[in-house]
Amino acid sequence: MNMRESMSTLLLTGPAALALVLCVFLPVAVVFVLAFTNYQIGAPGIGWVGLDNFAQLFGSRMGRNAILNTLTYVSIVIPASVGLGLLVALGLHALARSLPRVSEMLKAVYFLPVAATLVAMAVSWQMLLHPSLGLVNTWSSALGLPAPLWLSDRGLVLYTLSAIGIWQSVGYNMVLFLAGLAAIQPSLYDAAEVDGATSGWARFWLVTWPMLGPTTLFVMVVTAASAFRVFETVATLTKGGPAFASDTIVYALYREGFVYFKAGYASAITVVFFLALLLLTALQIWVIERKVHYR
Amino acid sequence: MKRMVLLGLLALGAVVVLLPFIWMVSVSLKPQAEIFTSSVTLLPRAPTLANYWQAITQTAIPRYLLNGALVTGGILVLQLLVSVPCAYALAHRRFRGRGVLFAAILAALLAPFHVTAIPIFLGLAQLGWLNSYTALILPFTATAFGLFLLRQAFARIPRDLIDAARVDGMGEMAIAWRIAFPLAMPTVIAFAIFSVTAHWNDLFWPMIATTDPQLATPPRGILFFRDAESGDAPGPLMAGAVLVTAPLVLAFLLSQRRFTQGLANTGLKG
Repeated sequence: MNMRESMSTLLLTGPAALALVLCVFLPVAVVFVLAFTNYQIGAPGIGWVGLDNFAQLFGSRMGRNAILNTLTYVSIVIPASVGLGLLVALGLHALARSLPRVSEMLKAVYFLPVAATLVAMAVSWQMLLHPSLGLVNTWSSALGLPAPLWLSDRGLVLYTLSAIGIWQSVGYNMVLFLAGLAAIQPSLYDAAEVDGATSGWARFWLVTWPMLGPTTLFVMVVTAASAFRVFETVATLTKGGPAFASDTIVYALYREGFVYFKAGYASAITVVFFLALLLLTALQIWVIERKVHYR
Repeated sequence: MKRMVLLGLLALGAVVVLLPFIWMVSVSLKPQAEIFTSSVTLLPRAPTLANYWQAITQTAIPRYLLNGALVTGGILVLQLLVSVPCAYALAHRRFRGRGVLFAAILAALLAPFHVTAIPIFLGLAQLGWLNSYTALILPFTATAFGLFLLRQAFARIPRDLIDAARVDGMGEMAIAWRIAFPLAMPTVIAFAIFSVTAHWNDLFWPMIATTDPQLATPPRGILFFRDAESGDAPGPLMAGAVLVTAPLVLAFLLSQRRFTQGLANTGLKG
């Protein structure tokens, strides 16, 4: 390899490699170091504190609360969003044969929340759920139902945020499932029918569900990864409140790091968050390699 | 019969999905008196554009939209400038360290932006660059996802085509930009949609990197607006929310296929 070739390689790849180091690898390394210090943004000193930050996160009520809230949120959003995404995709897929244009239109509607600006939509949800001016409580009062304080009731707020999270992600999952459904060969359904699977239900369990295996897994991991990062709706609607009832791990990271400037503690939260996501990815790869070999 | 039930259920779900959109537009068209009433209705009885007029002339909403365009545009241009040559080299050149570089890109895919926020904030503070467009744009220069997508797209370009260009005496940089880049346009567009949507909608980083309302991107700006009006002017607030949401929603409605590809299918095909 001559000098000119090396120069031209450097010119092509150098900027991107430098950017990756400065924007990703160096910061990740620094976060792992800071997590073991008591560094405060703006403070002159910095000291090693070992595992204290992690002990604080897992040992304090506040820290455990944020972790538990996030896990609750994720465990509601995953099954609901994946399940509804699958149902809508099955429905639209079936409808596409007789009413293709209606099916396309509905598909666009379901996908709309994915393209829309979540913060603006959250502000609209806030108006919709407003105790006195909102439509939801007006309607439920008219029907004689209770009119709860969706965003300021401590026992309810996390479920309200979960519902908005589901609303936002169903369309994305639907698109992934539609792609999965389109990839199933029609001959498989013919074969299933020969084997006696004549009802739609039997065909679903015999062909559709197993063939969607890889898609379902992918959708679940993607949904989990984005649910773990829930931030926009929390920051817009509750700021983690009332009384930390809707505090989540990324919101806690933001609050501790950039409101209270506790960079060390916030770095520890970051590390835990990152490791959880890595675990999720590892799980995905492990399951895919072990289980899913259809094609 | 069965089909009607199916259609009914799907339509019902669609109404629920649309409800916040309908409500946002409806409130934005209502006069103040109709919002603050005990008999709330879904649709405005006397629709007016006054709220939009107020949002555009008396608030910083236009400024937020401009900031959004500058920031998302700046990020996309920078990402492409850095990524296209590198992705081309990865796909069509042999050099020492190529395997390491590709592995590094795959590894970087695993780290969401939240993980790097604290050190990047500290670095920008050290340089005195916080509270600037630079702070909003620069940290997103490296895009492992963009590098990966573009490399996969460039790798599908036939070797012969690249070799022919080399024989014609074209430089490597010229091949990357004048041959590989246009041929990979569908992937470039999918990535552009992904990048612009992600950064137009982002709240996390603008909340960290800037405190100056003059620099607010649309989501950050909407929150400044909401906190300032504190419940007194929901009409203009909803008009602002419509204006912030409109660009991407309209773009989506105009090119649904490209959008769904850019936001969803890119992850699957790779």
